[in-house]
Amino acid sequence: MTQTIDKRPAGVRERPPGERPRAARALRLRRANYPAGVGVLVWLVIVMVPLYILVASTLQTRQSYLDNGPLSIPTEPTLDAYRTVLEGDFPRYLLNTAIVTAACAAIAIVLAVTVSYSIVRTRSRASRRIFQIFLLGLAIPSQAVIIPVYLIITELQLYDTLLAIILPTAAFALPVSVLILVGTMRDIEEELYESMALDGASQTRILLQLVVPISRAGISTVGVFSALGAWNGFLFPLILTQSPETRVLTLGLYDYVGEFRVDIPALLAAVVLSIVPIFTAYLFARRQLINGLMGVGGR
Amino acid sequence: MKLEKNPSAPRTGRPGIAWAIPGALFFLFFAGAPMAIVGYLSFTDWNGLSDPVWSGMDNWSRLWNDDGMRNAVWLSLLLTALTWLTQTPIVLLLGVWAAGRQRNRAVLSAIFFVPLLASSVALALLWRTIFDPNFGLAPDIANFLNLESADLLGSERGAFAAVLFVTGWQFVPFHMLIYQGGARQIPRSFYDAAAIDGAGTVRQFFHITLPQLRNTIVTSTVLMVVGALTYFDTVLILTRGGPGDATAIVPYLMYDTGFKAFDLGYASAVATALVVVATAASLLLVRLTGFTKMRSTREGL
Repeated sequence: MTQTIDKRPAGVRERPPGERPRAARALRLRRANYPAGVGVLVWLVIVMVPLYILVASTLQTRQSYLDNGPLSIPTEPTLDAYRTVLEGDFPRYLLNTAIVTAACAAIAIVLAVTVSYSIVRTRSRASRRIFQIFLLGLAIPSQAVIIPVYLIITELQLYDTLLAIILPTAAFALPVSVLILVGTMRDIEEELYESMALDGASQTRILLQLVVPISRAGISTVGVFSALGAWNGFLFPLILTQSPETRVLTLGLYDYVGEFRVDIPALLAAVVLSIVPIFTAYLFARRQLINGLMGVGGR
Repeated sequence: MKLEKNPSAPRTGRPGIAWAIPGALFFLFFAGAPMAIVGYLSFTDWNGLSDPVWSGMDNWSRLWNDDGMRNAVWLSLLLTALTWLTQTPIVLLLGVWAAGRQRNRAVLSAIFFVPLLASSVALALLWRTIFDPNFGLAPDIANFLNLESADLLGSERGAFAAVLFVTGWQFVPFHMLIYQGGARQIPRSFYDAAAIDGAGTVRQFFHITLPQLRNTIVTSTVLMVVGALTYFDTVLILTRGGPGDATAIVPYLMYDTGFKAFDLGYASAVATALVVVATAASLLLVRLTGFTKMRSTREGL
């Protein structure tokens, strides 16, 4: 014991003897810091250097990037690269992505809310079956079904429309959404339903006036999370659309590889511009995003 | 109202199963049914334009003898194993660290998060630029490490390593988050007791943190395995399966046969094989590690 105490940082050692348990706790946290701290710093560099290159490169002209390389500090920062990108088709891609994202989030929310409400409140074998279907659905990789989805979309005459991206993307967002919302809705107390029922409220009113307001946190998690998936989705747009009119951001970026082969600042500026909206959303909806990701992890 | 009709439903009316039907049908239509259809298509010959023609076991016997497929399966398994081996120690360390209460933790975690927010396409483009043998960072790194060639993506091993690295860079924050959540649930009293008994950090880690994170490790492992078996975007942009077929993993092979060569029947067989392997791998992991037992305690998470 004395040995361990000796290793305590000065601040902890000076604590009054009566506070030993807390001192021990502080001790653990402080000491756990060192090996992890080094690893964290290394990882910080590994994360920061590429991000620095990403931003710094976009502030240079094409020529100065080629001359000075990716690590150079832009001495004469310019927004030319961003201008090049924004004057091209980028705004249209952005609009398409925004439409797809909003539609996917809306569909995921509406369907996941009704499904989860039914699963939580209907205690029948059928509702358990449906929940199991969605749990199993978590494991379906989109790559595995892309060929049949392509078949279905062409049969529906939806090929090369935004709807072709929206429908399957929303469907693949449902399992996680249902999982998150079932978790949230389970916590609603029976008494609240009872008092609504005593007032003679219909199921629709109970859903809209009781369940939805109480599940707000879960619903916004579902919204943010499905929106992130739709914004970053690549495989469905790649296979199910073709023309520039329906091109979304990720596909646009993919095309820039050919278009901006030598204009690296412009290419990276497009990358930055595609990340900025999500990053902004992240700053405002950090909790929902993390809850969503943990929902995936906790499955 | 249900209340009168169904006396077994206690006190309050309940929504019928009808509420779940639209969502369930929508999901089954775009994800459930395709699982069955892909199985069917794997027994057909289909070029994407005309109707699929039944061809029996042709695709499957071809799959069994296809060197491209063997190579793809080998690469996918190698990538999966190396993904797990490289990422797990890193995310364990970072996740346990992030579960602590350091003052700078929030800021650093926010920075670590950025790769997770961007699309794999955006990140693959960034790394492609960095790995560029002429204008990227690659020449500097090659000088520093005394390598002969700066053309990382041009060499077979280099390209494979690049895919491994970039996907790791992207997904480490996600798994870090899972471990952070797991580590937060370990009762503090365990550590207090161990500290009083004189256990140091290392012993605490191996005797408390690791065993307590058992379920987290399983979850993260399953997600890593399924994730690594289905990497696609990064490979398409970073290496296009090359050089040669050095990074042509199973999903890329499927894309290449299906949507480049328009041999969709055979590509369906590849896709079906992928689903079977991915499902089997995760079921096996779950079974081997007794994951189902914890299901109940975490239900509804």
